[in-house]
Amino acid sequence: MTALQIIFLIAAAATLISGLMVVTARNLVHAALWLIAALFSVAILFVLLEAGFLAAVQVVLYIGAIAILIIFAIMLTRRVMQDTGPQTNQQWWVGAIIAVALFAALFVVLQQVVYPEVTTAIPPDSLKALGNSFVDPNQYMLPFELASVLLLAAMIGAIAVAGDKK
Amino acid sequence: MDFLKDPVAFIAKVLSDLLAAFLPAPVVSVLLLIVGVVVVASFSLVLPLFLIWFERRVVGYMQDRLGPNRVGPEGLLQTIADAIKLMIKEDITPYGADKVVYNISPVLAVIAVISMWAVVPFAHNIIGTDLNVGALYIVSVGSLGTLAIMLGGWASNNKYALLGAFRTVAQLVSYEVPMILSLLVPVLLARSMGLNDIVKAQDVWFIFLAPVAAFIFFTTSVAEVGRTPFDLLEAESEIVAGFHIEYSGMKFGMFFVAEFLHAFTVGALTAVLFLGGWRGPGAETYPLLGVVYFMIKAFGGYFFVILMRAALPRIRIDHMLDLNWKFLTPLALGAIVVIALADKAMEPWLQTLQPGIAPWARGGVLLLANLLLVLVTYLLLSNSARRMRRAAERGASGGDGAGHHDEHHEEAPAAPAHGEAHTAPAH
Repeated sequence: MTALQIIFLIAAAATLISGLMVVTARNLVHAALWLIAALFSVAILFVLLEAGFLAAVQVVLYIGAIAILIIFAIMLTRRVMQDTGPQTNQQWWVGAIIAVALFAALFVVLQQVVYPEVTTAIPPDSLKALGNSFVDPNQYMLPFELASVLLLAAMIGAIAVAGDKK
Repeated sequence: MDFLKDPVAFIAKVLSDLLAAFLPAPVVSVLLLIVGVVVVASFSLVLPLFLIWFERRVVGYMQDRLGPNRVGPEGLLQTIADAIKLMIKEDITPYGADKVVYNISPVLAVIAVISMWAVVPFAHNIIGTDLNVGALYIVSVGSLGTLAIMLGGWASNNKYALLGAFRTVAQLVSYEVPMILSLLVPVLLARSMGLNDIVKAQDVWFIFLAPVAAFIFFTTSVAEVGRTPFDLLEAESEIVAGFHIEYSGMKFGMFFVAEFLHAFTVGALTAVLFLGGWRGPGAETYPLLGVVYFMIKAFGGYFFVILMRAALPRIRIDHMLDLNWKFLTPLALGAIVVIALADKAMEPWLQTLQPGIAPWARGGVLLLANLLLVLVTYLLLSNSARRMRRAAERGASGGDGAGHHDEHHEEAPAAPAHGEAHTAPAH
């Protein structure tokens, strides 16, 4: 086993355990913290894949923005320290069935995939290529611009909802 | 001579030759990496010992008093005495605190700041790791600091600490927006997110090419540290000490170290992004000279942070939010658009010039574009100020005096109402 594999196993185990803790933690803020741990482990997996840009974006967006927003929302809306309760409601078995089915489906599909072997090293300017592909009409310009418009619409919508009614 | 050309590689070679005698090669390379991490981390952990003394003396001088000058030569050892005091103090965990989160928070605060130093280039070949997404990395580990402060405030089981945490979110998350936007400008100009590439691209310092972005980056970074004038998260007169009110001993010390190191990191990042980093005469051939240039520039930036702290009063919370959302964010967006358009538009023209003149021509044009932006901003601001003044005068002459009050409330976002609303139910 190489060092890379050992690190991968540790990071993967951390992802799974933290993911499990997210749904089983009694305290809502603790659940949010475990979510951060899970997201951070995923960032480590990205680093192992030499996708530094994705790793950084993962931390900026999911931990720096979304997780902080979640914690802030919890702090604002619930009784702050004594916030414990049952982890499940009466629909827990539906969720469990869906999770198991999804896992089984993914497992079966991924078993059949023939993974191509990458022999060449990742080019050092892959980040520039990624940036160019976003603004290249022959590549991902349309989806990129569509996503931008969607985000802009969401932002204007948020301002309209939160703004003063005059 | 080899040492002068490339000190890190030289030391690494000496060490690996030494270790190769009794360890296999992969273990040696891992060990060398660990040594590198320990060196950078210890450097940034020991630095605050000096920074705290430096800042106390400078602020003391500005306020016409002496500052620490008794322990050691010129009081240099005062911080060490303070650190020992902090270490032997009783470590108190408040009743009802969330123990794990309470203890993680100060550690996370220090980790977030030290991690930033991993990508800071001290010289062209003295750098922790030359990430190609360095600028993004800085932002991402910076957000861990926000998290640390929030968690510390929440876990302390204290309403003042919690209020500090609320203010933290309002301030740090808001100021992250113009900070990232202004960070994009040097990235645009250098055509790279790697910090070393950004330094190498600065034939003319970026502060001349993009003074507006430099101003926004510096201001918002100071706000990210939570220093005066942006020290709302720990405003003593309002919420006692904010998020770290319950922390004592070395746990408080870690927040303290994180703050001072972060303040210096602001200076260092400003130096890297806008003041040419390690660049200077002879820095390419003698990297150690580059380290000297870099430290001088970083301390220059840090000195400015101290001056701001000593000279300015605390900003009011609604002004803080207004400044961010109504001034810095639009200005940063404007700066990006102006710089991107101007830089791209004159690219063909620059290629016709001689290589010696091109960077200066580029700098001149961009400086002009920035001055234009400043002028437009000034006109817009003075115009809106005049309108506000007129409205206030009309309200005052109307006799009820409510005009000014209404005007103020319209301008202020929900923030003050927020702060007041949460004081009551926090009981």
